[in-house]
Amino acid sequence: MAEVFVARVAEFPDGDRRIVEHGAHNIGVFHWQGQFYAYANMCLHQGGPACEGLIMHKVEDVIGPDKTWLGQKFSDTEVNFVCPWHGYEYDIKTGECVPDRRLRLKSYKVVRRGEEIYVAV
Amino acid sequence: MVDLPLSNDRRMKVEEFDSGKMLAHAARQAKDRGYKNFPIIDIDSHHYELESFDQILEYMTDPVMKQLAQMANSGNSKGVGVMPGGVGYQDMGGRVTRYPLRRIEKGEPGVHRDVSLTRRWMDALGVDIAVLFPSPMLQLGLHPQVEAEVALAWAYNRWLCERVLQEESRIVSMLYLPFNDPEESYKMVKEFAGKKGVAGFMVTSVRYKPVHHNSYMKIYALIEELGVPLAFHAGYNWNENSMTLMNKFISVHALGFVWYNMVHMTNWVLNGIPERFPKLKVIWIESGLAWLPFMIQRLDNEYLMRSSECPGLKKLPGEYITDMFYTSQPMEIPRDMSLLEATFKCIKAETQLLYSSDYPHWDFDLPSTIYDLPFLKEKAKRDILGGTAVKLFKLNINGQKLAKVA
Ligand code: FES
Repeated sequence: MAEVFVARVAEFPDGDRRIVEHGAHNIGVFHWQGQFYAYANMCLHQGGPACEGLIMHKVEDVIGPDKTWLGQKFSDTEVNFVCPWHGYEYDIKTGECVPDRRLRLKSYKVVRRGEEIYVAV
Repeated sequence: MVDLPLSNDRRMKVEEFDSGKMLAHAARQAKDRGYKNFPIIDIDSHHYELESFDQILEYMTDPVMKQLAQMANSGNSKGVGVMPGGVGYQDMGGRVTRYPLRRIEKGEPGVHRDVSLTRRWMDALGVDIAVLFPSPMLQLGLHPQVEAEVALAWAYNRWLCERVLQEESRIVSMLYLPFNDPEESYKMVKEFAGKKGVAGFMVTSVRYKPVHHNSYMKIYALIEELGVPLAFHAGYNWNENSMTLMNKFISVHALGFVWYNMVHMTNWVLNGIPERFPKLKVIWIESGLAWLPFMIQRLDNEYLMRSSECPGLKKLPGEYITDMFYTSQPMEIPRDMSLLEATFKCIKAETQLLYSSDYPHWDFDLPSTIYDLPFLKEKAKRDILGGTAVKLFKLNINGQKLAKVA
């Protein structure tokens, strides 16, 4: 199993992402709230660059105790990255496709070696 | 540089945008699937005509309307007040990034921006020839001043022919008809028929004039005689009474883009227009495919009981429907693929279906949506992706691959 260099930690700020290639592997690596996550940059819809789009907090309905709809908000905890081609949203922590969690991007192991980040392919 | 507002008050700065790079995976699909071996013709794609609105207005002949439009276009609110327009969130808050980033995309120097940007995505998708349509003008049929629709249509068509279609043979169009004025539409067909890149004529479906009105018959007769297709391009109107019941763009889009074509098709078929113009080639654009089995079943069933209302018909409504042509996008991919297979059979897709991307709009389809269908043979895939269009539009490409595909 090869390890592909992604970035030095100091050059990979929290909230950012990197795209790395190794042979046939095209991988999106995210740095989010101190953790690193890596997924195949290949959308399950039409093959778009799923990892290259916006990182957006999940939109949530605000429902009152009486079941009335009070509005919408962005989640404080759930965060998705969005395929820029048509908007499929993926959970940044699991790679699951949010509207249908039976679908999931292939994930890669992220390895930290000192001050450097690698993905195992 | 653009500074995009994101969730929870975060922002993202983007320095540059190149749709060729954004579509790198599409180019990879084109290579892997061997698109270099057969033509791909895209029957529905778009540009953003307001980017060239200053140029377009130069072609407007009514001096008063021209000055009004030029002034409206001169401030920060481009085109506001001129084009009827839509509340709508096609870009999903910028999630479909090509919407907010298009403004920083650069064309090739010395080439018209529309030509440059259109060729860029065509090459990435493997598309040889694209039928290009406007975007905001899809709602121009709602303009309360008929004369404004007419003036803008003339200006746009003149500009398109001279500045875009002249410059690139791979881009063609079915020209916008200002259908709220049948006389002017007729004149427009006469004026532009046979010009370079004019592949047919197009009616935007979002409008409130019935297609079976007698005033349209001479237009249909003329287009039939010319032997080019007449297309109905779907759209939405959130101000439509029934659509105002809906609180989400997804709802308005899902129903709206089918609704107007359902209305026009019902009028078209049940008034026996296909019998009156048996050689007129009609294309229904951008309503997807799932509506068609519904229309065929619904109209056939009622017609058998109420044929006295439709004396112009010589066969079942559904049989006229399957004589007409359809573009593929946005092709619904059901969980149960046997439904899609049945739909293809029902509409005689192998001879009547034409691939369309709708690029760059938010729900565009790649050629692989057709090419990867497990139930189609290679010949059927190639016919839907291009072969049928080559015949329908009498395209003279002599087996050449025009797109730059690896
Ligand atoms: S390819 Fe990713 S949303 Fe369509």
